[in-house]
Amino acid sequence: MTMTSSPTARALSVVGRRLGSARKDLRGRWLSYVPTVAFLVLATIAAVTSDAFLSQGNLSNLFRQIVTNGLISLGMLTVILSAGIDLSVGAIVALAGIVAAGLLNMLPWPVAIPLAVGVAIVAGGLNGTLVAGFRLPPFVATLATMSAIRGFVYVVSETPITPTDMTFGRIVASSVGPVPTPAIFMIGCFIAVSFFLNRTTMGRAIYAIGGNEEAVRLSGINVRAHIMLAYLISGLFAGLAGVILASRVGIAQPSVGVGLELDAIAACVIGGASLAGGRGSVRGTFAGVLLLGLISNLLNLYSVQAYYQQIFKGALIVLAVLARRREG
Amino acid sequence: MSQADVPAPVAMVPRLDMRGISKRYDATLALRNVDLVVQPGEIHAIAGENGAGKSTLIKILAGAVARDAGAIKIDGVETELPSPHAARQAGIRVVYQEFSLVPHLSVAENILLGQMPSRARGMWIDWKTAAQRASAALDSLGFVVPNVRRPVASLPVSQRQMVEIAKAMLERPRILVLDEPSAVLSGGDLDRLFNAVRALRDAGTTVLYVSHRLDEVFEIASRITVLKDGGLVGTVDASSIDQAGLVRMMVGRELAEIYPPRNASIGEPLLQVRNLSRTRVFKDVNLNLAPGEIVGVFGLVGSGRTDVVRAIFGADASTGEMTLGGRPYRPRSPGDALSRGVAMLSEDRARDGLVLQLSIRDNLSLASYSQMSRLGLISRRLQDALVTKEIAEVNVRAPSIGAAVRRLSGGNQQKVVVGKWLLRGAEVLLLDEPTRGVDVGAKAEIYRIIATLAERGKAILLVSSELPEILGMSDRILVMRGGRIVGQFSRSEATEERLLAAAAGVVEGTAA
Repeated sequence: MTMTSSPTARALSVVGRRLGSARKDLRGRWLSYVPTVAFLVLATIAAVTSDAFLSQGNLSNLFRQIVTNGLISLGMLTVILSAGIDLSVGAIVALAGIVAAGLLNMLPWPVAIPLAVGVAIVAGGLNGTLVAGFRLPPFVATLATMSAIRGFVYVVSETPITPTDMTFGRIVASSVGPVPTPAIFMIGCFIAVSFFLNRTTMGRAIYAIGGNEEAVRLSGINVRAHIMLAYLISGLFAGLAGVILASRVGIAQPSVGVGLELDAIAACVIGGASLAGGRGSVRGTFAGVLLLGLISNLLNLYSVQAYYQQIFKGALIVLAVLARRREG
Repeated sequence: MSQADVPAPVAMVPRLDMRGISKRYDATLALRNVDLVVQPGEIHAIAGENGAGKSTLIKILAGAVARDAGAIKIDGVETELPSPHAARQAGIRVVYQEFSLVPHLSVAENILLGQMPSRARGMWIDWKTAAQRASAALDSLGFVVPNVRRPVASLPVSQRQMVEIAKAMLERPRILVLDEPSAVLSGGDLDRLFNAVRALRDAGTTVLYVSHRLDEVFEIASRITVLKDGGLVGTVDASSIDQAGLVRMMVGRELAEIYPPRNASIGEPLLQVRNLSRTRVFKDVNLNLAPGEIVGVFGLVGSGRTDVVRAIFGADASTGEMTLGGRPYRPRSPGDALSRGVAMLSEDRARDGLVLQLSIRDNLSLASYSQMSRLGLISRRLQDALVTKEIAEVNVRAPSIGAAVRRLSGGNQQKVVVGKWLLRGAEVLLLDEPTRGVDVGAKAEIYRIIATLAERGKAILLVSSELPEILGMSDRILVMRGGRIVGQFSRSEATEERLLAAAAGVVEGTAA
């Protein structure tokens, strides 16, 4: 037992302990990388088994397709972190698209597009007023606006609108090198929201509100204003998704976007967000968006029916949450 | 048979015989080879600081946590307790601090959960019988809950605890575990609980009483098992030891060292409160608070002491006049109060004080973002510098400033809450039960911080239901009962007896 008192042995035992804790950290971190790892594994399998997967056309298609869910998920994540939920994003996507297409026939695009996004932010403000102002449960409030906004979209136009000015449509369709422009925009948004949530007082307050609203209120922070902000942000990103989607397909349909809220919630949850609030990350959500996008892309390549895709998605959500639970 | 190194009375098969119990959570050894032997019909206290392993031991007994090593015998029979259900089958019933009640069901349904009386072969609930049985269960304990058909959520916390206890006792368990019941019960209710517990003991139930309040332990228990840092210090007869001796066993330090010396220089009143009222909660409360002064507010549960503090902090609406530094003070929100330099440390830190899943850094910063940010952008360098300094000042022991607060012990959590307000830099500190659920060692540290703050000229209002704390810390003491201030004592005239008498209304007859 003289060994233990020698400097070498002591150093060794310190190293051993460090390794032990590092291994534990690694385990914790590995679990948070589950969606990313799953993405890489699936992508590899796809690359090996399908010639079409790695083709320029398919990849840029994949990226174009995830932009909608990516943008919506950013707003959804912000709301979920504040212990809320926003079921109205799909309807807001349709609203922004219809308004944008309508305005494009009257105004130049640098005016029409921001106005359409502005209308989406107002819709988000309506959610914020109901939740933060009237203290309605977020699920109920946004269920109501989901229905009301969708109805409003049909009131504005029962039929699809095709914009005559295609300048914005061309920007959306363009690429920088091999990467579609909207995908670059989306990645920029992810970086911005990550910065917002982690490094600004408002972002940290939103996290804290989701964790313990009363403690935040008693710390002298305006809770209602921050909850309002979260819904405004959700409206903003749903609006951006809406104008980009309408411009990508070249036509704004009042029926577009049904069920998009579920994909966004799924991406957040797969990325580790807790619907109870206070927990979740932009990085995880990004991985969730990629994974969901990749799965539908793959299943399309293999010509699997859309119904099977839904089954896959459901299984994925359950697996992601189970993996998280281990982490404690 | 395993070795008997615990002084257990002979010639009886112990009701509960736990041997060599160990439990490890990740890196920490929560329990280390602990023995606990309890006889039938005994009231046995488990004492120890927070983090000593009391709750882990209880959770193992309740089947909520699996042990890593050791054996459990009940009435001499080797018993596995793989689940809470199994523990209940074995006759073990635990009343936790956190309640296991269904908030929107009635008192009667909660007490009779799973055994509601019914008619027509279970088709209809027999509400009349249910109400009678539930009332009878409460009456037998001497507890008064006005209407057993009201939902539990509408009751004050102390009455919810009574419902919980009544529910447990109705099952006539072989072993009843009470986990810190005095956290929410006080005065007469606690006395009634003790009487009911003694009656239960006489009927043959074994009672384990977990508490860190020493006076209670001595009042109710015949034997005491002391834990410290996950290990067994020893089991003693209550009659063979005094409070000082028990404290020495629990912490290895003397009681006198807990309260710091006070040398305050008290200035002119800074905060003046006149006729502060809140309908049906408190009425015509007057008080002055000066820099350098610690004013204690003592009262039993439901006396309105917490509500007064919340009103001064702007967390609840109230009427009346308040001035701060000679200027009118009318806070409409906690934000208003903070901007005038008034901070509150709330009684329930998990509910009102901390965001448990966020880091120490985030929690300490929560009230002070303006000091560490520009245009809403947090400067990590400034934040970490301020937070690190504060952690050192209040002596939080944690692996890193990024560690989640929920991983800290109760004492360290409370120090984070205190640090949050110190970082913010308030002139008036409203401290509501600053040491609730905190072990003796951490208590001493928090008292030292409070005394230092008073020396630096802060005005401190200390609300507490613990008499030794009020007497040990305060320059002046106000006593509340039924929403009014019913007594004022200087440090020299105050004694435990006089404060208790005023708080319970013994002198002036009973109040509402």
